[in-house]
Amino acid sequence: MKAPARLLVRYFAILRDQSGLAEETVDSKAETARELYAELMARHGFSLEADYMKVAINAEFADWESPLSSGDTVVFIPPTAGG
Amino acid sequence: MFALTKEQIDEPAVVRSVESSGAGAIVVFAGRVRDKNEGRTVNRLEYEAFEPLCLHEGMRIIAEAEGMFEITAARCLHRTGGLSVGETAVLVAVAAGHRGPAFQACSYIIDQVKARLPIWKKEHYQDGTSGWVNCQSHTGAHCHK
Repeated sequence: MKAPARLLVRYFAILRDQSGLAEETVDSKAETARELYAELMARHGFSLEADYMKVAINAEFADWESPLSSGDTVVFIPPTAGG
Repeated sequence: MFALTKEQIDEPAVVRSVESSGAGAIVVFAGRVRDKNEGRTVNRLEYEAFEPLCLHEGMRIIAEAEGMFEITAARCLHRTGGLSVGETAVLVAVAAGHRGPAFQACSYIIDQVKARLPIWKKEHYQDGTSGWVNCQSHTGAHCHK
């Protein structure tokens, strides 16, 4: 079992509304971005499944199976509607 | 060049910024706030962006267009914050020697902006309710083109 990683999670749009948070620091043993979202979805009651979103790690699009390291900034990206 | 702005977009200024002596064609696309969406009356809306990724990806889209089409300049501005019906939410201006590549590049840029940029839209309806477009179901089925 690895030690928890300290992560900064920033929330936008519907995820900010549903969590009531713009960001939070999370100590998590999640191995991947997908596991982290599952943990936070349970905590905050998010309505969107990961499969309908993208994820960014340190301001770059990343794979949901990407490993997480202490100091990473994670942003979950709900369906967008620019333009 | 790509930018986000909280201020109203000065369309003539953006068009002037792509002008040059070799630019025989300038194509401009303006995306405006519509008063109806899926049968509901929209009073106002808010755009929110994840800025660092949005700027990076926006610049990448412009660079792709410059590589793919024979153009002399391309700019795209996208609003954030609160907007009223009729305001310009996004402006794309492309200059080229001839109209063909200018139209193609403009179309490419707006399509990619809509598909790739982390920008979200919250609509406020006349009936007092509001919602994040494309996010209100698990399936993302409310797809706005």
